[in-house]
Amino acid sequence: MKHSLQMYAKIAGQDVVDHLHQLADRLRGLKVVHINSTKVGGGVAEILHKMVPLMVELGIQASWESITGDSKFFQCTKSMHNAIQGERTEIPDSLLRTYEETNARNAEMLAEKVRDADFVFVHDPQPAPLAHHIAGRKGRWIWRCHIDANKPFRPVWKYLRTFVSSYDASIFSLSTFAQSLPHPVYLIPPSIDPLHEKNIELNEDEMRSVCERFAIETQRPVIVQVSRYDRFKDPLGVIQTYKLAKEFVPSLQLVLAGGGASDDPEGKIVLNEVRAAAVDDPDIHILLLPGDDHRTINALQRAADIIVQKSIKEGFGLTVTEAMWKNKPVIGGDTGGIRIQVVNHHTGFLVNSPEGAALRIRYLLYHREKLEEMGRKAKQFVRENFLITRHLREYFTLMLALLHGKEERIELA
Amino acid sequence: MASRKLQNEPFFIKDCALIAIATGKQAQNLRELRDDLQTIHPGSIYYHFWGGLLRPRFDDPEYNNDFAAWAAHSLHDKKLAERLSIIDPTEFSSLEDLRQELIEAIEERLDESDFIPWAKRDDRFDFIRSQIIIFDTHRKVLKPQEFVTVLPTVSVGSIFYHFIDACRRSPDAIDDFQHWLDGFDGAYADLCQQISEIDPYFSTLTELRTELANLFREHFREAKK
Repeated sequence: MKHSLQMYAKIAGQDVVDHLHQLADRLRGLKVVHINSTKVGGGVAEILHKMVPLMVELGIQASWESITGDSKFFQCTKSMHNAIQGERTEIPDSLLRTYEETNARNAEMLAEKVRDADFVFVHDPQPAPLAHHIAGRKGRWIWRCHIDANKPFRPVWKYLRTFVSSYDASIFSLSTFAQSLPHPVYLIPPSIDPLHEKNIELNEDEMRSVCERFAIETQRPVIVQVSRYDRFKDPLGVIQTYKLAKEFVPSLQLVLAGGGASDDPEGKIVLNEVRAAAVDDPDIHILLLPGDDHRTINALQRAADIIVQKSIKEGFGLTVTEAMWKNKPVIGGDTGGIRIQVVNHHTGFLVNSPEGAALRIRYLLYHREKLEEMGRKAKQFVRENFLITRHLREYFTLMLALLHGKEERIELA
Repeated sequence: MASRKLQNEPFFIKDCALIAIATGKQAQNLRELRDDLQTIHPGSIYYHFWGGLLRPRFDDPEYNNDFAAWAAHSLHDKKLAERLSIIDPTEFSSLEDLRQELIEAIEERLDESDFIPWAKRDDRFDFIRSQIIIFDTHRKVLKPQEFVTVLPTVSVGSIFYHFIDACRRSPDAIDDFQHWLDGFDGAYADLCQQISEIDPYFSTLTELRTELANLFREHFREAKK
C-alpha cells in the first residue's frame, strides 16, 4: 500500500515533513541503493519497504536490492548474527568461505547498479563484504548495523571488522552498541511506521473480535507481552509477575503473544516451559501467532491496559515503541534500548525483578488517571522521536554530512 | 546572524539538523570521566549539555545535563549530580571554560571521596559528539510583527539554530531574535528583555517555540492597544 508524505504529515506534523523536504532538496537526484539479504520478513525489510518509496517521493533516485545465497550462506550469517549479539559461536572456515564466495558472486551481479551510486547503504552482516568486491566504486558506502553489538563475540567481530573497515561510515542504533572503527560511527535509533498494519488505528469491533477469539474479557484488566518465546524476553518472569500482581488484582488477565517458535528448537523448549508454568490458570493466554499476523498483535496491544516487556537483554525493543504508540505505558526490563524509551514515571517503569514489575502493575491499575497520562506521554514521545520520519531525517543528515566533510558545523548555502 | 543586523535587513530563517557520532571514548568510573573530559572534542561537551533538545529525552528536572544524570543514575553519587546539574552552560563564554568548570567539580568530588565511584558494566558514559547541518529555509521576516504568524510554523530545528546554537555563535552569547531586534534602535527593548528571561535549559524545543510565539503575540497585541 502506497503512503504519501502527506499521510505522514497528518501524524508526525507538517513541520516534520517540511523539514524532510528542506533536507531532501539538497540531495535531489542522487542515486541511493539499499542492500540487505531479504525483501520479506524481519525489521530491516519492514523499514526499507517504507523508507525507499519515501526517498523516491522526496526526489532521490532510491532503490533496494537484496543479495541471494544458499542455506549454508544463511547458516553462516545466522551464526554471525548470534555472535554479534554475544553468543560464543565459532564459525567453521568452510562456512566463512561460502559467505565470502556468495558475496563475491552477488557483487558481480550488483556491480552495475552500485558502482556509480552516490550512496550505498549495506544493512547488517550478510552483505557486508560487498564493498570489498566492488572495484572503482564512486559513492559513499555506509554499513548499517541493526543488531545489538554491545558485547560481540570478539573472534567473529574481528573477522567482520575486516570488511566493515573499508566503508566510509557506519551506523549503530545506540551508543552502547557502537564499535571502534576507522571511520565516522553514526548513531541512529530505529523507528516504527505508524501506517503499518501493526500500528494503524483499529476500530472497537475488530479489537473486540480479536479478544473474543482468544477468550480475553475486555471488562477485566489485561497485561500483554509481545515477544518471541526466548529466555532473554523472560516470559517465565512475566508469569511470575502476573501471579504476584493477581494476589492483589484477582481479575487480572495475562496475554503472552509471540511467534517464530516452529523452526527454533530453543524457542520450542521455552514455549513448553511457559505452558507448564501457566497450566491450570485460565486467565493466562499463551498465543503462538504467525509472524505476519500484524493486525492481531495490534489489537492485543490496544486491548491491553499495560504492556510488559520484561526482557533481561534487549536490542532496541521495537515492541516497546509499538506499545507506546498505542497510548500504553510500558513496564520494561532495565536493559538495552528499553532504557531510552521507558522513562520512569513518564512513559512507564523500568524494573529489575518480577516483584518490581508486579508492584508497578498494581500501582498503575490503581491509579488509572496516571496510567492514562503516561500512555499519552508515551505516544507523544514516540511521535517526536521514533517514527520513520525521524529515521529518514537522520539518514538525510548523515548523507549531507558525508558529502560536505567532517567538520562539526556544515553550512549549506 | 553572526554580525549586527541593520534595521532594514531581513531576518533569514535557517534550519538545522543534528546527527550524533560516537567518539569511541567511554568512562566506567569518575576518574575516567575526568580524564576523558580533559581531551574530549569540545563538540562532545556541547552535545551532552544541549544535544538532549534534539534527541529522545524527557526533561529531568533534577539532572538536566548528561554528566549530572550519569552521576546520579549510574554512579549513584547524588552530591556530585547536584553539583554538576547546577552548572549552567549559558553562563560560560566558551566551551573550554565550561569544560574547566566540569573538571573542577569532578576533581573536587574525587578529592572528597574515599573510593572512586564506578558504574555497572552496562552503565558506562559514552562520549558522543554531533555534526550540525545548517541550511536556508528561503523564508525571511521583514518586520518583527511578522513573527507572530511565522514563529508557530517554523521547525524545532529552526528554534534550535536561532535560539540555542546562536548563543554559541554570537560573541555576546545572545540568541538571533534579540540580536536582530537590537537593530531597531531600542524600539523592542522590552521584548528583548522578555526573550532574555526565557530559560532554554528547562524547556523542550516545542515549548520554546510556543513561549517565543506567545511573547511576540502578546507584545504586538499590547502595542495595538
